[in-house]
Amino acid sequence: MLAEPFAHGQSFVHGLDPRVRIATSTVFSCLVAVANSFTVLVIACMISLGLVLLARLDLAAVGRRVSVVFGFLILLWLILPLTYEGEPVGQWGPLVWHRPGVALAARISLKSFAILAAFTALLATMAVSTMGHALDRMGLPSKLIHLLLMCYRYIFVIEQEYRRLNAAMRIRAFRPRTNLHTYRSYAYLVGMLFVRAAARAERVHQAMRCRGFQGRFHTMAQFPRQAGNRLFLVATTSAMLGLAWLEWLQ
Amino acid sequence: MTDTHQPSPLIAMRGVCFNYPGGPPILNDLDFELFRGERVGLVAPNGSGKTTLFHILMGLLKPCAGEVRIFGRPVHREQDFIEVRQRIGMLFQDADDQLFSPTVLEDVAFGPLNLGKSREEAATIARRTLARLGLEGFENRVTFRLSGGEKRLVSLATVLAMEPEVLLLDEPTTGLDDKTRHTLTHLIVAFDLTYVLISHNVPFLAATTDKTYSMEGGRILLDETVHFHEHVHAHRHGQVPHQHE
Repeated sequence: MLAEPFAHGQSFVHGLDPRVRIATSTVFSCLVAVANSFTVLVIACMISLGLVLLARLDLAAVGRRVSVVFGFLILLWLILPLTYEGEPVGQWGPLVWHRPGVALAARISLKSFAILAAFTALLATMAVSTMGHALDRMGLPSKLIHLLLMCYRYIFVIEQEYRRLNAAMRIRAFRPRTNLHTYRSYAYLVGMLFVRAAARAERVHQAMRCRGFQGRFHTMAQFPRQAGNRLFLVATTSAMLGLAWLEWLQ
Repeated sequence: MTDTHQPSPLIAMRGVCFNYPGGPPILNDLDFELFRGERVGLVAPNGSGKTTLFHILMGLLKPCAGEVRIFGRPVHREQDFIEVRQRIGMLFQDADDQLFSPTVLEDVAFGPLNLGKSREEAATIARRTLARLGLEGFENRVTFRLSGGEKRLVSLATVLAMEPEVLLLDEPTTGLDDKTRHTLTHLIVAFDLTYVLISHNVPFLAATTDKTYSMEGGRILLDETVHFHEHVHAHRHGQVPHQHE
């Protein structure tokens, strides 16, 4: 089951307007993604870390979540320094490490950490449904939001269906092997999931029409105004302006 | 315009036929009438067209032939059914089809919001309906984390929140344990609504309906000849003297 371990809390960040958090994290991640200077990236990482601390999240859990990208980063650290042309920084037999490659791998690592940690602190601290409603209020196309919310609601139902089908296969002594029978059976399983998901979608739509749905969604969500919102917005905006100044005007 | 001497039926179906393209007829020259205050059970084998009948009444399927009149007016187009759906509520077989919102309150408020109620009104109606079904405190529960019985009761709340005049209940007791089935029985009896109920559960039908129709060959047998009778059954500790409700 898709857990939302950070979604519920009492911190300052949890109390912020979801729209403020979405807007801030979006702008911040774009800024970090295009920045090149190491000073800017290191400061961005510290800001992200600050946000995680501000959200009073379990640091070990955040670490586990952020570590998801480590495998990808290790791959970059292995390949980039060896394949980039430029000033060599080390040599071992035929292998030569180059400075530009090392710098690029370091940049990508810092960017990944900064963005991921900021998203964990700002976005993972709200339930998916809250995010859907916030995006709705921010004027995103309602079709996209329905897609998000419906996926979130029915992914579990589809997962249960998958488990049932899988169990039904196993109790009839199915054991995956490397042969055509296995591939065909798995193809049937996936095909059946698609068929069932489509049938489910049809029934859900019928049930919605029976309750007067005519294509327009109304949301119940309301976001209380809070003094912290303005404070947070001012602080993050000035921090991001500072970063942009360091990156492009300095 | 209701004639007090001879009340007109809320629902009247005459000569209704239905089949899926290329398939055998599911409903065949079906006649059916439902009057205000009636509590009708529909018991028939699987695949005999009970759910199809409900879907035609809600405008989800179109009959190939025949006439359907609801609240005295013929209904054909999607537009006609928009009003029908405000006054007839349908409980689906699978509660997961009915509950699509992240939280219980939002799901129950979905119908009232569609009827043009304001956010506050919808929330009030939703809370009231939940309380009526003994579901206080469920407002912020996440729908997919509810148990099977809770899902069924919340689905019922989503339908009742629209304050329908007629209920169509499609196998409401499937998959429920005895306790939840009892709760549901008491709730349904207490509604004081007109309803049609599909079920295979004979004690449940006996407790909730006044008459029971059967279906055969795509038609409804209107002669009310379905009678409940007792027969031998077996269960654990059967030799201990006991009573069934």
